[in-house]
Amino acid sequence: MNIHEYQTKELFRSYKIPVPDGRMAHSANQALSMAEQLGGDGWVVKAQIHAGGRGKAGGVQLAKTPDEVQQHAENLIGKRLVTKQTGESGRMVNRVLVEQIHQIETEYYLGLVIDRASQRITLIASASGGMEIEEVAAATPEKVINELIDPAVGLQDFQCRKVAAGIGLSGKQIVKAGRIMKSLYRCFRDKDALMVEINPLVTTRDGQFLALDAKMSFDGNALFRQPEIADQRDFEEEDPKEVEASGHDLNYIALDGSVGCIVNGAGLAMATMDAISLYGGRPANFLDVGGGASPEKITNAFRIVLQDPHVKVVLLNIYAGINRCDWIAEGLVKAMTDLAVSTPVVVRLAGTNLEAGREILKQSGLNYIHADRLSDAAEKSVKAVNGGAV
Amino acid sequence: MSILVDKDSRVIFQGFTGQHASFHAQDAIHIGTQVVGGVTPGKGGQTHIDRPVFDTVKDAVVQTGANVSVVFVPPPFSADAIMEAIEAGIKVIVVITDGVPVQDMVRVKRYLIGHDAIIIGPNTAGVITPEECKVGIMPAHIYPKGRIGVVSRSGTLNYEAVDQMSELGLGISTSISIGGDPVNGCDFLTLLKKFAEDADTDAVLMIGEIGGSQEVEAAAWARDHLKKPLIGFIAGATAPPGRTMGHAGAIISGEADTAQAKMQRLAELGVSVVQNAAEIGKTVQRSLK
Repeated sequence: MNIHEYQTKELFRSYKIPVPDGRMAHSANQALSMAEQLGGDGWVVKAQIHAGGRGKAGGVQLAKTPDEVQQHAENLIGKRLVTKQTGESGRMVNRVLVEQIHQIETEYYLGLVIDRASQRITLIASASGGMEIEEVAAATPEKVINELIDPAVGLQDFQCRKVAAGIGLSGKQIVKAGRIMKSLYRCFRDKDALMVEINPLVTTRDGQFLALDAKMSFDGNALFRQPEIADQRDFEEEDPKEVEASGHDLNYIALDGSVGCIVNGAGLAMATMDAISLYGGRPANFLDVGGGASPEKITNAFRIVLQDPHVKVVLLNIYAGINRCDWIAEGLVKAMTDLAVSTPVVVRLAGTNLEAGREILKQSGLNYIHADRLSDAAEKSVKAVNGGAV
Repeated sequence: MSILVDKDSRVIFQGFTGQHASFHAQDAIHIGTQVVGGVTPGKGGQTHIDRPVFDTVKDAVVQTGANVSVVFVPPPFSADAIMEAIEAGIKVIVVITDGVPVQDMVRVKRYLIGHDAIIIGPNTAGVITPEECKVGIMPAHIYPKGRIGVVSRSGTLNYEAVDQMSELGLGISTSISIGGDPVNGCDFLTLLKKFAEDADTDAVLMIGEIGGSQEVEAAAWARDHLKKPLIGFIAGATAPPGRTMGHAGAIISGEADTAQAKMQRLAELGVSVVQNAAEIGKTVQRSLK
């Protein structure tokens, strides 16, 4: 789960990680009064969306007067911002962050991730701040420092000194940077984060560190014990179909093809999408109904998949283990009846209680396309999209 | 022979009296698994499906000689349950629970150091040695006994692959789903090493996914050390970058995480790579010749 930059900076403040003075605004008028309240002789207006690449897309604007702040906010709020991470349709900007401008001396990168290979939290630092760390790591790996943290004792002072010296800091700056690293680690650990990134972490002309930009994401599986993080979820940043699906305990991701997919298990769901693509079609979505799929769950899955106007055929592919084919069949009958489905539906059932499931479908008199195997199911789905005889 | 579990494994269930644990304990008993009891704190002394219930894993180990545990404990308490099993001397701990916080698993993996135990999962369908021992939630009846070892991240894709193989007359020595989480108990490499030494396994099928590099690491080891055919598949060729595809660990964070890049690396390392999930069975069969 992601939160906005202004929310991350608020969290940083509570951990004494230095951030620029700033305020969030919902409107241009509010942005104007925020700039006046903040004071100073220059401001930056930053669009608040959950996507990177805002600077190059015009989502970050400098202002010399409060009137300019108002003008920039006016231009951003209520408009869709298209960055390289948003896709063509962009993201609606509902708020901006107004911050004082500082005179920057040097830019660094500081972040924490859970490193999958070592299975530990890793501190990442670089003197090449302000650039994408993946690109720095690919082009000049020697400029990126990785420091593994032992979860039994946490991040130690000596590690911070080592990393600070490694990115070229000296004297009192080593101590100051170390404090920031330890605070960032505490914040990451306390809040069940998966990733935090300060890019850039800058030093100002008066020798202070500031987290100029901040990005943080959290473990969805840990939200049960992080209520104040869960409260900061911004549903407007998510596809409404995906939000509805998660409310029904379904895992749905919208894609741009025409074969709607309803599958049990994430691995089989991906493999089904891949097979559709190999037979020349394109999947409209990823959807994992999970284990114990009740008739209601199957009905909800059909409703969500069919909300996508590009869906020309639905492929139901279930390999029942903990699931049961008879429940799935009941769900299919209920869904197709309740929703009066007219879209062609390809059904492939296998596993637990298969015969009972087939019997239910036979008795129902439903009009669907039968498939025995995965290959069959993918091929018939693609044919049905193209309007061919199956 | 087989790996991890066999007819002599003495199995307990943690979170024994819950609905899913009860169902799968019965299914496990049905195929001959030695289920010797279970643990539900506060219910010690009771009997459940004709087996004793204990308050602690230590009690269960002392009184039944248990050496394998299946964990059905809910996410907020899973890490504690796994560490309890490690401390009590359980050798194979299979964590079925989906939704364990990642940082809990980071701490569990730290705790594991210095202990002689192996954790499978979390978020796994479990382990099965057909006709001997089932410690998981898979439909046991679709797993015929045979000589192919299977390691996968996914559960249902594992069923799909086994189904394709059994149609061609190929059975399973042991099958393991390691789970879909980014920090999990056991990786592919650890299991390949065990299959390499198993006299009853003729070939190994590895079913991976987008995200992470463990399939490639396992294949790199196999090139120099595994004297049996290794067949590989990577799900997620059509997954968009930056999205979590159901499994928390199935996310493309960089070019090397994509299915295409991983399949190419596997092929370079000598793995028989399956491009189409519908042809897993056929590819395994061909590799045996």
